[in-house]
Amino acid sequence: MAIKRKTLTRHGREGFKNIRRNGWMSFASMSAVAIMLFVVGAFAFLIVNTNHLIDTIENDVEIRAFFEHDVDASEQESVLEEVESHDSVENVVYRDRDEGLDVFMESMGSDGEVFENLREENPLNDALIIQATDPQMTAAVAEEVNAQSAIESVEYGESILGQLFTVTNYVRILGGALVIGLIFTSVFLISNTIKLTILSRKDEIQIMKLVGATNSFVRFPFFIEGALIGLIGAIIPIAGLTVGYSYLYSFMYDQVPFFTFVEPNPMIWQISGLLLLVSILVGIFGSQMSVRKFLKV
Amino acid sequence: MITMKRVRKTYPNGVQALNGMNIHIDKGEFVYVVGPSGAGKTTFIKLMIRELKPSEGLIQINGNNLGDLSDKQIPYLRRKIGVVFQDFKLFTKLSVYENIAFALEVIEEEPEQIKTKVMDVLDIVGLKSKARFNTSELSGGEKQRIAIARAIVNQPAILIADEPTGNLDPETAWSIMGTLEEINNRGTTIVMATHNSHIVNTLKKRVIAIENGKVVRDELGGSYGYQA
Repeated sequence: MAIKRKTLTRHGREGFKNIRRNGWMSFASMSAVAIMLFVVGAFAFLIVNTNHLIDTIENDVEIRAFFEHDVDASEQESVLEEVESHDSVENVVYRDRDEGLDVFMESMGSDGEVFENLREENPLNDALIIQATDPQMTAAVAEEVNAQSAIESVEYGESILGQLFTVTNYVRILGGALVIGLIFTSVFLISNTIKLTILSRKDEIQIMKLVGATNSFVRFPFFIEGALIGLIGAIIPIAGLTVGYSYLYSFMYDQVPFFTFVEPNPMIWQISGLLLLVSILVGIFGSQMSVRKFLKV
Repeated sequence: MITMKRVRKTYPNGVQALNGMNIHIDKGEFVYVVGPSGAGKTTFIKLMIRELKPSEGLIQINGNNLGDLSDKQIPYLRRKIGVVFQDFKLFTKLSVYENIAFALEVIEEEPEQIKTKVMDVLDIVGLKSKARFNTSELSGGEKQRIAIARAIVNQPAILIADEPTGNLDPETAWSIMGTLEEINNRGTTIVMATHNSHIVNTLKKRVIAIENGKVVRDELGGSYGYQA
């Protein structure tokens, strides 16, 4: 049976009024929502940034393949082309021994200048700087490049790379598990708090039924009320997290230039939207589940 | 209008509240249901609004067999029967007006009609001036009147009142009875469970006495018949 519009208006109005009528209980529910969302939201930002950090570290992994000293330019060219066409190679840069010395001297800072007299007798090799499409493919790509006869040796930090990937994989799995666990916990806690607010209104529901209200007539205002508790409860943590994160982002941007946080836009809106949606759904779910118990009159 | 045949009700704990009850009440009657505490009066009322289901037997209201009603049909039955509960069952957080209006909102009455009908019925019970009061600010007698007002605002064919004069001073009790008589005069069938011997013996009506879950006496213009 379709609900008449005036009845729908009535339900909406009652939903709002009930928040006010049950002032303290509504406040308790909203606080529970706010606190849990704040924790979940803060954790979500942490996870997103940890992932970002891992990505940054992993993407810094590069292979340096050194040519034999006696390899001529055309042979180097053909190796470069072959490496470039490899499926798992993202990017290759050729760096001759002069550039190599520049980079080395630069890395030594002001002490680097003493190496300038090495330029005539440069002991360094011409090299290819290779990045794999997937950082985890680095070792395999390095092996293949090393197999080329024109290549003297490859370096890619093999000793720490394996450990790095083990650690980053664990961090990702652990982070994911924590987020899921935290979401479940907060869904449980929020819907339980809402249940308590409705538990205290068992008599009210019973009276409605005895006066001839249908189940859906009883349920609807609680539906609105649950959604509102979720909505209002979500506003404060979302506002707090948005402002806090934006501030933290610009602070880090100025103070710690070598590591930037994930840009607030659009990440912050995506997480906020998700929090809001989850909060409203949990509010509705909590209220409907608890009303259901008292409808059998 | 109301018919019960061989109705039995046994509670899950084994207590047998009704034990083969037979009753027939016609349209427009005013009936007192009397009997000692625990005789089964409240169970009898709960069965009529399907708050309880009989363990055995037939209950008909307006020709509908309550045993055939699905859960979805129960609200529609209850809208045809006004009930004044012993404990009033008012919404404590709502105003007098909102309490009565609720019964009309349930049947999706037009908002302008709700206002008119609520004020009319408040006029009948003499509490028009307290429409905006919260029910917690009312005296027992006033709450009783609001409960009556809510029960009759839908103009139900039947009004069931469980101890409507219980806990009230005699003067208030009599004015409540005046209101019920007025409602009865408009054609509403009234079934009133009571312990008030003075009222039963003074305002003579049909008296149905229940003991041990059975009708033991049913007489027009009868007396209370128990020690007050």
